[in-house]
Amino acid sequence: MNWLAPLQYPFMVEALLVSALVGTVCAVFSCYLILKGWSLMGDAISHAVLPGIVIAYMLGLPLAVGAFAAGLLCALSVGWIKSSTRIKEDTVMGIVFTGMFALGLVLFTKVQTDAHLNHILFGNILGIEREDMIQTLIASAATLIIILLKRKDLMLFCFDVAHARAIGLNTALLHYLLLALLSSTIVASMQAVGIILVVAMLVTPGCTARLLTDRFDRMLLIATASSVLACCLGVYASFFLNAATGACIVLAQAAMFAGAMLWKNMRSPRAQAGT
Amino acid sequence: MTLSLEASAVTVAYPNGHTALRDASFQLRSGTIAALVGVNGSGKSTLFKTLMGFVKPVSGSIRIAGGTVEQARKLKLVAYVPQTEEVDWTFPVSVWDVVMMGRYGHMNFLRIANAEDKRMVNESLARVGMTEFKDRQIGELSGGQKKRVFLARALAQNGQIILLDEPFTGVDVTTEEAIITLLRSLRDEGRIILVSTHNLGSVPEFCDHVVLVNRTVLASGPLEDVFTEDNLNRAFGGVLRQFHFESSTIQDHDGKTVKLLTDDERPLVFGKDGHLEYKDRTERQELVNKRIEEVGE
Repeated sequence: MNWLAPLQYPFMVEALLVSALVGTVCAVFSCYLILKGWSLMGDAISHAVLPGIVIAYMLGLPLAVGAFAAGLLCALSVGWIKSSTRIKEDTVMGIVFTGMFALGLVLFTKVQTDAHLNHILFGNILGIEREDMIQTLIASAATLIIILLKRKDLMLFCFDVAHARAIGLNTALLHYLLLALLSSTIVASMQAVGIILVVAMLVTPGCTARLLTDRFDRMLLIATASSVLACCLGVYASFFLNAATGACIVLAQAAMFAGAMLWKNMRSPRAQAGT
Repeated sequence: MTLSLEASAVTVAYPNGHTALRDASFQLRSGTIAALVGVNGSGKSTLFKTLMGFVKPVSGSIRIAGGTVEQARKLKLVAYVPQTEEVDWTFPVSVWDVVMMGRYGHMNFLRIANAEDKRMVNESLARVGMTEFKDRQIGELSGGQKKRVFLARALAQNGQIILLDEPFTGVDVTTEEAIITLLRSLRDEGRIILVSTHNLGSVPEFCDHVVLVNRTVLASGPLEDVFTEDNLNRAFGGVLRQFHFESSTIQDHDGKTVKLLTDDERPLVFGKDGHLEYKDRTERQELVNKRIEEVGE
């Protein structure tokens, strides 16, 4: 078997590059998402983008625009329902995202069957079309630049909202910014792993890094390294295994997490016994 | 600008219709340590939230240093030291990082620390005696150290009005005294310190002003005038446990040997007709010595 064989194909090289970029965006964002405790929100929004994608497809708009709008709509309606009823947030999310996902599935069967939409559910990075790739690149770059510019404000917002407000930061704006970034991260990664598995990209790299460090800056770097490695490994492995690329990437992410956990337990058996 | 804090007829209602505070008024002048005393649900935290501008009063007004709450927020005048339970101690930040957060409001858009920011952080850490712990992750600190980190953040922010929420919960006696000394020096610089607490015994020791709340401000004024048995009974409305020694089963034949154990909080001791027996440890010791002399005579 020729280990370098995948690199002879331009589509493989492209897939490796795109997945590395997507992996970076997801890794950086995941650090904020897990520290804020919004993992479930990530799962909810990633499912809720489906009707937006189908409607955008029917209207001939870029799919990313529909997905982003639907993601924000999900987040806003969860917030609105929570504040106007006595139902807890996780319950509201359970209702809203399943409702929107189901709407997406119904709309999906109404439009003419097209493999294109199937790719949204499970990802199709090896066969990514030029237009989708451009959307992915724009979403990734925009998300990454905004997070890096506002990284300290977002970190403070995740850590201590009361203090952030007291020193004059606009916390309502930061709240919606984080939600918008969540939607755009999902848009960026749905071509790679599909919306069903996107949540793995949104939480695993941050968790892996959190196991290995207790400083935020190092957590960003470790998450990025592990995520990029997992994405490339996943794409590479899928070539030989002839398996779904998205699933391979997510499996590699999970393996990274398991590895980090093993390494940590072996390094500090006493600390583990103590807690 | 003279520092002052003034609430006039403040009423706060939440969207669900619950009125947490009604017609609350009080005034604090520069150089005051004030205790905010009341039971759980009496509106202490609502009052804090209103002072920080998180909730807006439906009527009445709050003036900070002669301006609105919004103006005070822009000037970073109000600093908040949260309750220990409110903080995520597993968050991956060091002591230095947390104190630096006090400077964010003073920094530019990208929040890059300059020499002045670093100097303030170092100075604040030194002032609370936490310099040697600056590289620790915040979860690796003791209860008292945790409190001091957040006090240092308030100092780094250069907050002129410092709100402390239950500062002595889970803090050992030595740290408690260190914190009290620090609060006194902050008061002497002219700042206003407002301490929310239900630990009554410690109030006379370090506060010079008391604001009693129970869904409104029942009384506000100097400790001696406000912190009385009558007022406390009104504020706590039967919630306060009382132990009357005169009706104790242990009487003269035991030489009045009574031991009273409390878990964490210091008991508040009123003498006959509800006067404060002593304010702090020193006064208590003086009183004990005096009593011994009296018996000796």
